[in-house]
Amino acid sequence: MKLLRELRAVGKGQDMEALLKCIPYARFLGIQVDRKGNELTMVLPFQEHLIGNVALPALHGGTIGAFLEFTAAIQLLFDTESERLPKTVDISIDYLRSGRPVTTYGRAIITKHGRRVANVRAEAWQEDRTRLIATAHGHFLLTPVGTDLEGDANG
Amino acid sequence: MADAGNSGWAEHSIHEHLSHIPHARALGVELLEYRDGHCVVRLPYADKLVGDPDTGVIHGGVITAVLDNASGMAVPREGLLPEQRAIATLDLRIDYMRPAEPHFDLIVTADCYQITRSVAFVRARATQGDNEQLIASSVATFMLGANRAAPPGFSNLGASK
Repeated sequence: MKLLRELRAVGKGQDMEALLKCIPYARFLGIQVDRKGNELTMVLPFQEHLIGNVALPALHGGTIGAFLEFTAAIQLLFDTESERLPKTVDISIDYLRSGRPVTTYGRAIITKHGRRVANVRAEAWQEDRTRLIATAHGHFLLTPVGTDLEGDANG
Repeated sequence: MADAGNSGWAEHSIHEHLSHIPHARALGVELLEYRDGHCVVRLPYADKLVGDPDTGVIHGGVITAVLDNASGMAVPREGLLPEQRAIATLDLRIDYMRPAEPHFDLIVTADCYQITRSVAFVRARATQGDNEQLIASSVATFMLGANRAAPPGFSNLGASK
């Protein structure tokens, strides 16, 4: 990814906040990164347009899914020297509690880092770290061969 | 929509339902087709949905959101008690086959292929273009009667059919 290469070239490769600012969809969701040393926590401040159910109210399941996908991808970028945004091969999301209209936090760990594929787990919570609202695990392609995932995804 | 036995949940209701989902509105989701247990939505391409600014490809999370949304709408409402109609996603698994082509609409088709008293099972696929190039596919499960704070009593759920 050109963007990432440029960021790295000017010594900002680890500046995840700057990277997120360059991704329109991350801006749309309003995702931020809180970095403490080598620990990353993704932050999703509440916004009205993230709501999926106005009656409860609750965050949209897709909002939470997308946030967890971002959490996993950004953690991968942070931990690897990859110059491309990782491509999602698959992601599986478990919804544990409804997301209330407050700030959501996310963290991810890389379970297995292969040469081409990484397995990542991510979790999201709100006010209480021990009461997760959703978890996810997925596979990400690190160095895509060709322009699409065909062949690689099921190989 | 107090009637439990009759349909009461026709296409106009689902249109209404969709218009009341702020995130679906923010994404720009449009309903193309609806019948009980089946729905098709369109997501027009928009710059704000881009995940890779170098290529203009929309972010996978966008597809996640639309698949989740369409899958939820495909959960049949007919014959359900009003209190059962509130649903919650239990899990959603998505396989991404190829990146979405920039500047093309995304079409998501969702079908509920099984429903029990408390759980609905839904498959969905996201495609693009006239040849329906497959971008992603998903399976999801939904809990019915999810608007109750306490676990739903069986006496209530059992009353539907």
